[in-house]
Amino acid sequence: MKNILTFLILILLPKLIFAQESQHVEMAEGLFQSGKIYVVVTVLAVIFTGIVGYLIVIDRKISKLEKEINKK
Amino acid sequence: MESGTQNKTNKIQNVSPSGAGASKYWWKILAVILLLYTIIKGFLGPVPAQPILHESIRNLYFHVPMWFSMMVILFVSVWHSIKYLSKSTIESDIVATQAAHTGMLLGALGLITGSIWAKYTWGAWWVADTKLNGAAITMLIYLAYFVLRGSIDEEQKRARIAAVYNIFAYVMLIVFLMILPRMSDSLHPGNGGNPGFNKYDLDSNMRTVFYPAVLGWILLATWIFTLRVRLEKLKRKTLLND
Repeated sequence: MKNILTFLILILLPKLIFAQESQHVEMAEGLFQSGKIYVVVTVLAVIFTGIVGYLIVIDRKISKLEKEINKK
Repeated sequence: MESGTQNKTNKIQNVSPSGAGASKYWWKILAVILLLYTIIKGFLGPVPAQPILHESIRNLYFHVPMWFSMMVILFVSVWHSIKYLSKSTIESDIVATQAAHTGMLLGALGLITGSIWAKYTWGAWWVADTKLNGAAITMLIYLAYFVLRGSIDEEQKRARIAAVYNIFAYVMLIVFLMILPRMSDSLHPGNGGNPGFNKYDLDSNMRTVFYPAVLGWILLATWIFTLRVRLEKLKRKTLLND
């Protein structure tokens, strides 16, 4: 009886200890698996560079105006 | 912030456009590089698996820097308001107003992104939380700043009263965003009995993205703000010429 009890404890102990580890937090593994997330990142990078390009254009226009007005 | 020296460098630049040019916009390039890095590594880099948050933890790179850069830009605003009160140069008034405008843009983006994040983690678009309500009240205080400006016609008077109000507004911002949320329990990380911000910020992987992100967003905000200041100055100059 005693042997069986220690046997059971020895078997169940790791399960009890590592029970918390098995609580799996769901992350977007599928997204990374298919590799399509890179498409999203590329799209975002393109949009961001587009906005920055827009800022640069405005910046240059203002610089040009500043020069013209300062000449007067 | 640098508008005083900017005028001087503008004049130098007119003399030698090739030399002074590159030293003037290096920080804009830095902003773009940092933010591209944030977008790429922010989405692809490893993040700790946290319950409730899941992948939305990546919002830290985008939502939080909005507030950080808002506070920096609004500090620039109040700094120039104080400068106006001591020196009464209208340029300080222009800088203070445009900085406040840019700060409001960032604050609005911070509120909207926070609301979206809250919906998918706390389950509601808005909860009556000290941090959230504090942020909303801060926005209203700054909206009143623009209402106040709009209601006074005389330029000197408007600048002076607005400068005094701006100091009050920044003090209120610190009270509502930094002090009151820490004095009570809050769902929002970093406040009261919920110091969650440290928990995921301590992750060294996230730090390598978060800090560059904050700097990048602050620099981008500064860029937008300097554009606004230059445009406003041009407007006034052409009005004077007419």
